[in-house]
Amino acid sequence: MAPENDLNGSEILLKALVDQGVEVIFGYPGGAVLPIYDELFKQNRLRHILVRHEQAALHAAEGYARSTGKVGCALVTSGPGSTNAVTGLLDAMLDSIPLVCLTGQVPTHLIGNDAFQEADTTGITRPCTKHNYLVKDVNDLARVVHEAFYVAKSGRPGPVVIDLPKDVVTAKGRYVGPAKVRHKSYKPQVKGDAAAIEKAVELMAHAKRPLLYAGGGVINSGPAASELLTQLVKMSGFPFTLTLMGLGAVPAADPHYLGMVGMHGTYEANLAMHDCDVMVCIGARFDDRVTGKIAAFAPHSKKIHIDIDPSSINKNVAVEVPIVGDVAHVLEDLIRIWKTKQVRPDDKALKAWWKTIDGWRARECLRYKPSKKMIKPQYAIERLYELTKDKDPFICTEVGQHQMWTAQLYRFEKPKHLMTSGGLGTMGYGLPAAMGVQVAHPDALVIDVAGESSIQMNIQEMATLAQHRLPVKIFILNNQYLGMVRQWQELLHGGRYSESHMSAHPDFVKLAEAYGAVGLRADKPSDLDDAIRTMISTPRAVILDVKVDPSENVFPMIPAGAAHNEMLMGPEDEAEKPESEDGMVLV
Amino acid sequence: MSKHQHQRRHTIAVLVDNEPGVLARVIGLFSGRGYNIESLTVAEVAAKDNLSRITIVTSGTAMIIEQIKAQLARLVPIHRVSDLTMDGPAVERELALVKVAATGEKRVESLRIADIFRARAVDSTNESFVFEIVGKSDKIDAFVKLMEPLGLNDVSRTGVVAIARGPRPL
Ligand SMILES: Cc1ncc(C[n+]2csc(CCOP(=O)(O)OP(=O)(O)O)c2C)c(N)n1
Ligand SMILES: [Mg+2]
Repeated sequence: MAPENDLNGSEILLKALVDQGVEVIFGYPGGAVLPIYDELFKQNRLRHILVRHEQAALHAAEGYARSTGKVGCALVTSGPGSTNAVTGLLDAMLDSIPLVCLTGQVPTHLIGNDAFQEADTTGITRPCTKHNYLVKDVNDLARVVHEAFYVAKSGRPGPVVIDLPKDVVTAKGRYVGPAKVRHKSYKPQVKGDAAAIEKAVELMAHAKRPLLYAGGGVINSGPAASELLTQLVKMSGFPFTLTLMGLGAVPAADPHYLGMVGMHGTYEANLAMHDCDVMVCIGARFDDRVTGKIAAFAPHSKKIHIDIDPSSINKNVAVEVPIVGDVAHVLEDLIRIWKTKQVRPDDKALKAWWKTIDGWRARECLRYKPSKKMIKPQYAIERLYELTKDKDPFICTEVGQHQMWTAQLYRFEKPKHLMTSGGLGTMGYGLPAAMGVQVAHPDALVIDVAGESSIQMNIQEMATLAQHRLPVKIFILNNQYLGMVRQWQELLHGGRYSESHMSAHPDFVKLAEAYGAVGLRADKPSDLDDAIRTMISTPRAVILDVKVDPSENVFPMIPAGAAHNEMLMGPEDEAEKPESEDGMVLV
Repeated sequence: MSKHQHQRRHTIAVLVDNEPGVLARVIGLFSGRGYNIESLTVAEVAAKDNLSRITIVTSGTAMIIEQIKAQLARLVPIHRVSDLTMDGPAVERELALVKVAATGEKRVESLRIADIFRARAVDSTNESFVFEIVGKSDKIDAFVKLMEPLGLNDVSRTGVVAIARGPRPL
């Protein structure tokens, strides 16, 4: 190997990535990054997965990151390469996924000249990254890479862009190792304030109608956080609910689980949230999909909020006890204080609270009308769950009704096993995310639950599956509609189905075959189990096109702008829809 | 606690790495999240440590001001955020250059008022003055207002700079 000060920028870059523990890069080449690709060609420490669209590289890196807890890495060229990456960056930003995205850039002397394939990448990505860098001197490169990984994974994780002018990745320079790099200003707080934690324990100890409400922050914090939260649930006997991002943080099989909360959450979770007197929010952020109408949100509750990002606290909802810190650290302290104080929750009150909750549970809000003739989408998810649950599968989803049915009906027993676009709601996320998961877990069963429309937003990645022999299973709930759009039009826009029906769709079986995958179809309930079994046992990529009832809607539903106790429970509720003016302008 | 609560003006001091894009990050944060900027000043204050100081005057409800500070603090190149309106007494100053073009009695009157305000003429021609005035923003407002009928035709203001009173640094 050449002496340390005699490396070119591309060698420095790859060395820094290796030193950061990167094993896989998802990327797509182009003029500005050719020197980097040349160095990639000459080495074998880093594996490169060639995608078919840069957006997919970013989502694949997200899937990789979410299913492993490591930082995902993507590499794209300048101009159109970086603009194609933008959706993935914002997706990662909103769901707090650690990524480092390397973007090519025109040589420094051409920056600002409207050069060929020039884009102001740092300008464009500034609001959709946690941080970004433009490297102008090859001697800064190694430091910037190490800093970028530190920023991406510490505190509230997020995507970081490093923009790399072509002359910088060809110039010779100095390498510095990660040990020598310390960030000057960014030092997020991980330990929670002891006095605040004591106060939280005090509030919890006297709660009569407590609720634990946990989100993606638990999963991001790591396996210890999930274990501690599970322990807290057992110790306290408190009911808990999870956000879409938090599914799997505590096993769904736990009897204290009320199901998901929010717009399509369960009746019992939403009413418990509305009626609780002490709410402990753990790594969740009072998102508008969760709170519904803010003015009517949990009106009788005192709130404790544990979050690593101080800007999440008191943003949408004012809380009594804010605790800034990492979930695992805070829960560890909280449980210790709980034990030393020998807290005994108010048993009598808790019993009464559970009785109320059991009354809500008895509504069986996720029940639907079964059919022998048509496959109900809910039935399809239930069967998928029953036939795959023993195989420790990783589930990805696209965005729409199928996503919500998956969240409601698939039972997640472990963290990091659901990859779904929560904050941005990006159709086209699921297939590339599944690709990234499969790369990280080559032997695992990885399923993308898709809608027939979402899947077409990144369908080109079928070729990536073929090239890299990734046996991802694509389970399409084919309702021939932009189902979620159709549902809103039915409930809020007088049944005027403006542009939500697609009368032309590809033959997914033939499409699968064209891409070298296996295509399967299920038209009737009696076909479904066999089709799912064949899908699972096929050691290649599969598309299973499941024809489902196109008229089915996702219930319960809290219409945008309504309160938790104004839930629509099913088709029979549509008559008395609380269609407020406010609600109409909300998304 | 609704967003329609009482709005208040706050002066916020921010210590940042003096690097490209940092001002764009701060401004982008304000425009992207719909916060007000009444004034913003920035200059390097510690060349050795490569630090700049940004002084922002903004207004909002208590909850919004909290958000602004938390959002600023989480920007990666930001070292410190201090709310000078909340964290004890502070000195605020602004400098303005005020051009008045007039002759005769109006010209004399403008000089007389400048004298009362302790503004100095830093440029003069037969038909104009440029006054330099330093003080709190409302003093400058008053001065500008008085100059209006006397031939005021151009104003350049720095925006507020501020520092906490007492021995403690930011
Ligand atoms: C990129 C993008 N464009 C538009 C939307 C708005 N949108 C949300 S769900 C949806 C329909 C999705 O249809 P499909 O994938 O068939 O899923 P279904 O709801 O039918 O299960 C649309 C258009 C979006 N979320 N993402
Ligand atoms: Mg559909």
